[in-house]
Amino acid sequence: MLGFLQRLGRSGLDTAAAFGRAGILLWQALWGPMDWRDGPALLFRQLYFVGVFSLIIIVVSGVLIGMVLALQGYTVLVRFGAESALGEMVSLTLLRELGPVVAALLFAGRAGSALTAEIGLMKATEQLAAMDMIGVDPLRRVARPRLWAGIISMPILAQVFNMVAILGAVAVGVSWLDVDAGSFWSNMQGTVDFREDVLNGVIKAFAFGIVVTWIAVFEGFDAEPTPEGISTATTRTVVYSSLAVLAMDFLLTALMFGVD
Amino acid sequence: MAANWIEIRDLSFKRGSRAILDSLDIDIPQGRITAILGPSGCGKTTLLRLIGSQLRPTSGSIHIDGVDITRLNRRELFVSRERVGMLFQSGALFTDLSVYENVAFPLRLHTQLPEGMIHDLVLMKLHAVGLRGARDLMPAELSGGMARRAALARAIILDPELIMYDEPFVGQDPIFAGVLRDLIRRINQAMGCTCIIVSHDIAETVAISDYMYVLANGRIIGQGTPDAVMKSDDARVQQFLRGLPDGPVPFHYPAPDYRRDMLLEGE
Repeated sequence: MLGFLQRLGRSGLDTAAAFGRAGILLWQALWGPMDWRDGPALLFRQLYFVGVFSLIIIVVSGVLIGMVLALQGYTVLVRFGAESALGEMVSLTLLRELGPVVAALLFAGRAGSALTAEIGLMKATEQLAAMDMIGVDPLRRVARPRLWAGIISMPILAQVFNMVAILGAVAVGVSWLDVDAGSFWSNMQGTVDFREDVLNGVIKAFAFGIVVTWIAVFEGFDAEPTPEGISTATTRTVVYSSLAVLAMDFLLTALMFGVD
Repeated sequence: MAANWIEIRDLSFKRGSRAILDSLDIDIPQGRITAILGPSGCGKTTLLRLIGSQLRPTSGSIHIDGVDITRLNRRELFVSRERVGMLFQSGALFTDLSVYENVAFPLRLHTQLPEGMIHDLVLMKLHAVGLRGARDLMPAELSGGMARRAALARAIILDPELIMYDEPFVGQDPIFAGVLRDLIRRINQAMGCTCIIVSHDIAETVAISDYMYVLANGRIIGQGTPDAVMKSDDARVQQFLRGLPDGPVPFHYPAPDYRRDMLLEGE
């Protein structure tokens, strides 16, 4: 019993310490003057690696999820003769929930794990220590551009996901299942509210971008500099980010669309 | 003997409750090559990281050129490191930059020199380590010895006052080890910088160092000129220098009595 309590206490202290280290990392990485000489180039490079490299998985998944959504939606709606509401159903589902959440989960798996592995390897091969000794703060040079790249990319990727998913739904609903194109688009246009649906989705994606990138960068810096340490850190990034995204989604949904 | 450029007093470092370094007093004279020898795991690299302020000591002081670096804040540390070069055990070249860009990296960060001058300085340093022709290669295309030499060119690009070498001869074939040994000596003589070599490679280190410390279990067990240390009558120093498998540093990790262990297992 005493041993169990000791382990529980130790685990609680370790978790609190990890939160503290993560907070300090975020503060030290983002606070301070902008490096106008190298900063933009480093940021664009990371936007390319984090954002552009995630595009393929986002686009392919988006199209497929849009197609499935249309197919499932149609089979239910057609029973009530309401298949003309397919556009409304698909767009609201995507803009409010699926777009930000699935894009964030894919982003955590694709870009988050890559960020953790890259930084962990830089630590294991003493590149971070070398930067430190050369007189460059690795938090500014390595963490800062990656954090900003994730924060900027995530909302854009979520909107790309929404766009291609709607096109996927059009391909299945309109082109294949013969839902009237006019009612599909006009229902969508009539029910989707820019502030309520689009903007809230963007805010969600932005929040997920911060959390996923923060976890990924922190896990990289905090990784044990061994092959096992890097593999554990990469796994933790995907697991923690996914859980954090789902938990945050519930909280944000309750705040944004909660019942009065 | 030259004036001390680094003075370490009563330095201790603990990880949890385990003491890695215990009350060390070390003087590093200016412009000389000082070696810190010792078996693996004795705390040599930790000591180097403490001198480089990558770790904070549990207690004690490290004065470099009169300044106690254990009291500097983060920003002051980064400024002070412009005077220090370090050759890491793995080379630690930035894998996304070419050899040329790796060597130019500290210059671009800490100086406002025009590109033409950066070009000349980088090529001079690369020429000094024999890698002028490898300037466009990426670190992944270099052999271990070439990577170490490219890293050495980067470490000396700002003409530092202190160069620290972490296990420079590990994993090097005899030719590259000889090349590196000569380079370290030539750099020390040409630049007049203070050098610290952390190593467990006795022959190479003895050949180039002016003064040696022998470390074991986080304590200094011997010190002096290479000749004096080689002639030391301390059993622990002799065991390390002669590579004896058993002695004051035991071959066996602490364990219960062998016979009792076997009998208990057999029951």
